[in-house]
Amino acid sequence: MNDHLLSLMTFFPLVGMLIILFLPREADRLIKTVTLIVTIIVFIISLPLAFDDVFINSSAMHYTEFANWISIGQYFQMNYNVGVDGISLWLVLLTTFIMPIAILSTWHAIDKNTKGFMALALLLETGMLGAFISLDLFLFYIFWELMLVPMYFMIGIWGGKNRVYAAVKFFIFTAVGSLLMLVAIIYVYYFSVEAGVPFENGFSVAHFAQLDIPAHLQTWLFAAFALSFAIKVPMFPVHTWLPDAHTEAPTAGSVILAAILLKMGTYGYVRFAIPLFPVATMQFTPFLAFLAVVGIIYGALVAMMQDDVKKLVAYSSVSHLGFVMLGVFAMNLQGLSGGMLQMINHGISTGALFLIVGFIYERRHTRLIVDFGGLSKVMPVFAVIFMIVTFSSIGLPGTNGFVGEFLILVGAFESELRIFAVFATTGVILAAVYMLWMFQRVMMGKVTNPKNEKLKDMSAREVAIMMPLLIFIFWIGVYPNTFLDKMNPALENMIKQVKDKQHIAMMVEDMDQTVTQATVND
Amino acid sequence: MYDKLWLIPFFPLLGCIINGLLGKRFIKNEKVIGAIGTGAVFLSFLVSCKYFIQLLGDSVKSHENIVASWISVGNLQVDWGFLLDPLSALMLMVVCGVGSLIHLYSIGYMHGEEGFYRYFSYLNLFVFSMLMLVLGNNALVMFVGWEGVGLCSYLLIGYYIEKQSAGDAAKKAFVMNRVGDFGFLLGLFIIFWTLGSKHGVWTINFVEISENAHLMSGDMMLGAGVTTVATLCFFLGATGKSAQLPLYTWLPDAMEGPTPVSALIHAATMVTAGVYMIGRMNVLFAMSPTTMFVVAMVGALTAIFAATIGFAQNDIKRVLAYSTVSQLGFMFIAMGVGAFTAGIFHLMTHAFFKACLFLGSGSVIHAMHHALHHAHLDDDAQDMRNMGGLRKKMPVTWATFGISCLAISGLPFFSGFFSKDEILWWAFASTRGSMLVWGIAVIAAFMTAFYMFRCLYMTFYGEQRTNPKAKDHIHESPWLITLPLVVLAFLATVGGLIGIPHVLGNLLGHIPNKLEHFLAPVFEHSQKLHQIEAHGSAATEFGLMGFSVVVALAGIVLATIMYIRNPELPGRFTAKFSQLHRAVFNKWYVDEAYDALFVNSTKNLGIFCWKGFDVKVVDGIVNGVAKLVGALAATLRHTQTGLFQNYALTMVLGTVVMLAIFILN
Repeated sequence: MNDHLLSLMTFFPLVGMLIILFLPREADRLIKTVTLIVTIIVFIISLPLAFDDVFINSSAMHYTEFANWISIGQYFQMNYNVGVDGISLWLVLLTTFIMPIAILSTWHAIDKNTKGFMALALLLETGMLGAFISLDLFLFYIFWELMLVPMYFMIGIWGGKNRVYAAVKFFIFTAVGSLLMLVAIIYVYYFSVEAGVPFENGFSVAHFAQLDIPAHLQTWLFAAFALSFAIKVPMFPVHTWLPDAHTEAPTAGSVILAAILLKMGTYGYVRFAIPLFPVATMQFTPFLAFLAVVGIIYGALVAMMQDDVKKLVAYSSVSHLGFVMLGVFAMNLQGLSGGMLQMINHGISTGALFLIVGFIYERRHTRLIVDFGGLSKVMPVFAVIFMIVTFSSIGLPGTNGFVGEFLILVGAFESELRIFAVFATTGVILAAVYMLWMFQRVMMGKVTNPKNEKLKDMSAREVAIMMPLLIFIFWIGVYPNTFLDKMNPALENMIKQVKDKQHIAMMVEDMDQTVTQATVND
Repeated sequence: MYDKLWLIPFFPLLGCIINGLLGKRFIKNEKVIGAIGTGAVFLSFLVSCKYFIQLLGDSVKSHENIVASWISVGNLQVDWGFLLDPLSALMLMVVCGVGSLIHLYSIGYMHGEEGFYRYFSYLNLFVFSMLMLVLGNNALVMFVGWEGVGLCSYLLIGYYIEKQSAGDAAKKAFVMNRVGDFGFLLGLFIIFWTLGSKHGVWTINFVEISENAHLMSGDMMLGAGVTTVATLCFFLGATGKSAQLPLYTWLPDAMEGPTPVSALIHAATMVTAGVYMIGRMNVLFAMSPTTMFVVAMVGALTAIFAATIGFAQNDIKRVLAYSTVSQLGFMFIAMGVGAFTAGIFHLMTHAFFKACLFLGSGSVIHAMHHALHHAHLDDDAQDMRNMGGLRKKMPVTWATFGISCLAISGLPFFSGFFSKDEILWWAFASTRGSMLVWGIAVIAAFMTAFYMFRCLYMTFYGEQRTNPKAKDHIHESPWLITLPLVVLAFLATVGGLIGIPHVLGNLLGHIPNKLEHFLAPVFEHSQKLHQIEAHGSAATEFGLMGFSVVVALAGIVLATIMYIRNPELPGRFTAKFSQLHRAVFNKWYVDEAYDALFVNSTKNLGIFCWKGFDVKVVDGIVNGVAKLVGALAATLRHTQTGLFQNYALTMVLGTVVMLAIFILN
């Protein structure tokens, strides 16, 4: 079974989608239950990955599958080439883990055209899993685009008042980025064919990474990839689609968007942009680190002033993902593993925050901070859970957020990005400001609005949704090695390869200069 | 031998979980909840005692207990590990000892509160965090405790959830502490990176840092020594946690929390964490005379600055809060002039007498509150102007409060006398001391005696100013409250005897300074290495000692004149210097200044980023492009007329053009 575990996991949601398409439109509860069961089965299929110790000792790809898929004569070859290593492992598991939770959150929230929503959700899951396991760039691109469409409809159909504007904005931002990436992908492919890579290899990332792409070409190619990924992350200043998309999306959509889709951007850097174009990475590092730090501070400042809880959480994502980017571009083990861990952390904590916002939205049909106040008194269980998630987002030691941020900052401090690390560290202050201010206005004080007096505390279903997230908040906070041990070998290997290439490039440049000088001297 | 150290923080954590999860629905009974909470801390106290005694008889004075690996990434290896040495052992005794008493007190004080279980759960969580801070064998475990106590402080200041001011104060405390934590983290990064990348020692373990610190003596950063930059960063952390200039303003506001919380967290333990941290890293601090000078100066300035504000406060808890800030200043003076032992000594004696004072004030507030409530009055139960003459009504509270006032003022043979005098002596005679620091400290000592006796007199002496309707309902508190007071007052009296200065000890017949001897393994090395010592003749030392006693007495006498003999004097004084009084009463407008400088400007920046940049610039461009495309499309739309003839014409034209190209080629 291990031979096809990844395919089974990735395409099982499509089977579920087919089943759902044959269910009657009115069978609302049945459709939700089937979807939930399908996502749970997918999670169970993926579980062996979590317990496989092979990742602790090996940096290679595992569970690989390979098949020729599309070939057009001698010109174009695309393969079904998938696998998992320590870098994608936890993101795959995060996806399969978050999906049942997201589906469970729709129980009362989605009531119109459930069938369509669930079908799209399952299609989306296939897209996300496929993107994380693709080892062929073209295959990756197909999955990447596949994710775009369901999310567009989720926002556009099931969203709030401004859903059309938000959905179009989301689509245009992402589409612009991905088109540039497509051009770059095709360019790299033809470069590889010309460089003599057998065309049967298709768009294999591993082979692309072996190419010696000239520095000036790398610059352009990296820029195309980087822009596409930066939009997805989202990095400052191409982040403005995110607050709109989040605010308008239904809760489940926001959870998936925040927890997984955003990780596509950061993952894209780690898996593709950096290993394929190491020399360009070197050139762009200060610039991107700068944008990352601006994002940390800027996102926090804007989050602070929001009057809509959901928008606040959305901007906080900009800030958190700034941390991830800083860690990634530190290009050392601490920074990268911190960045990878922080991707998981953000998925858990921000996912939890969006769920929490969803809970109160379902009760009050508003997300404005001023409409709340004093909820602690009315909803004590909710208060405790909200508090824990809040402090996890702030990065309190003992929770997941701290370990990630700490590793990122240590890593950045050890690298050339020291000064950026100092500025990024101010983010820990600002995070406390915007989260605690929001928490105070929503949860503390007297109940001033009579509509809040009789709010029901969390139901068993809602507690059940939150419980797994809470467990991981503390697990990662207290014993992150479970996760770090399995990602470190792959990251170490990747860093080594990138650094080696950068090193060679620098030596070549030095030699060139010497030669030029020697010629001048002659 | 020392492999059960983890039990010490474990019990309070367990207590926190039990009360937190089961307290509301299942246990319910206040007595059981209180017993679990208090018992947990008391168990820790017993274990601490065991290890303390064990350490006394042990020739090796430093023991580590690694429980598990925490973060392991490349050269960064962090363990969940604990360190027992004389310094942490002494702190354990203070934290668990005073902690147990305050938990006991809380059972009586919090009786009938709606969130009784919640209170005890938080309080246990606090003790857990504090013990992590104290016991951590590396800077990151210490940081867990460091932020953990901040969290508990946040939770307990905001304990009265429905009060707006409590929420504000809680948030302010956490955020200001985070400013300090920013410094702590930077300091940690600098040390880790310097030791690692330059000297190949990748560590954040305290023992290893201390052993290798000398390697960094030549390293530079930003034009100063690396150790100077790092320790200044750490010190920023200390100013946040220990409420020193410029990050002290959260502490007076923190009085919004229940009074036992103020006693435990905001007087006896948490706020001393900064002092403890410097003690823990004394090797690093000793390497930088610059930092040491900054520490001493900040301490001295804080000591005197907070004391001035203490003059004009009428809220009994606020007086004690500013007094705490001021006393913490004394501890930092000690650390800054290299009198590490004296700093820790004062930390300990202060824990006794200040906890006693706070609990005493709590006893008064409890009684006042009860009486006012009984008479259906909403007068302020904490305002000393509503008190007066309580001596007869609450004799135990009065006696213990009075003893603590004597101790904090530094009257001979009370605990505060020994510790404060040691600090003053070092400030004067240490190789790292200066007349300036000493002078400021002496003035602050005078002011301390004055405002503490002002507080004592306004509360317990003179005529009773309580509303007549409530007057007769004021009673002494129950034993659960008075017992801890008596124990603490006893400690405040005799606690100083473990640190009798050599000159006095010699005079009285070879009584050794036990504390100095006990802590020597921690501090002696760095003091010797950097020639940090206090030198002067015995005559000088005696002279200074006498002088400081005179200073303390002068403060007391002045207070007596103003508040007992001529009670109209303060009124006349404030009338004459009304502007000065207003400024002092309003805490020198520092809060207002901070609001204007930092809070509002940050908010404005946030608004600008959002409405100015996000909406106008980025979305403006995006929407502009969208409009442009829209306009273009609107123009092109005219070609799509929907008339079949038009399309047919276009097709024909197209075909002709293509044919033409094909033929011409």
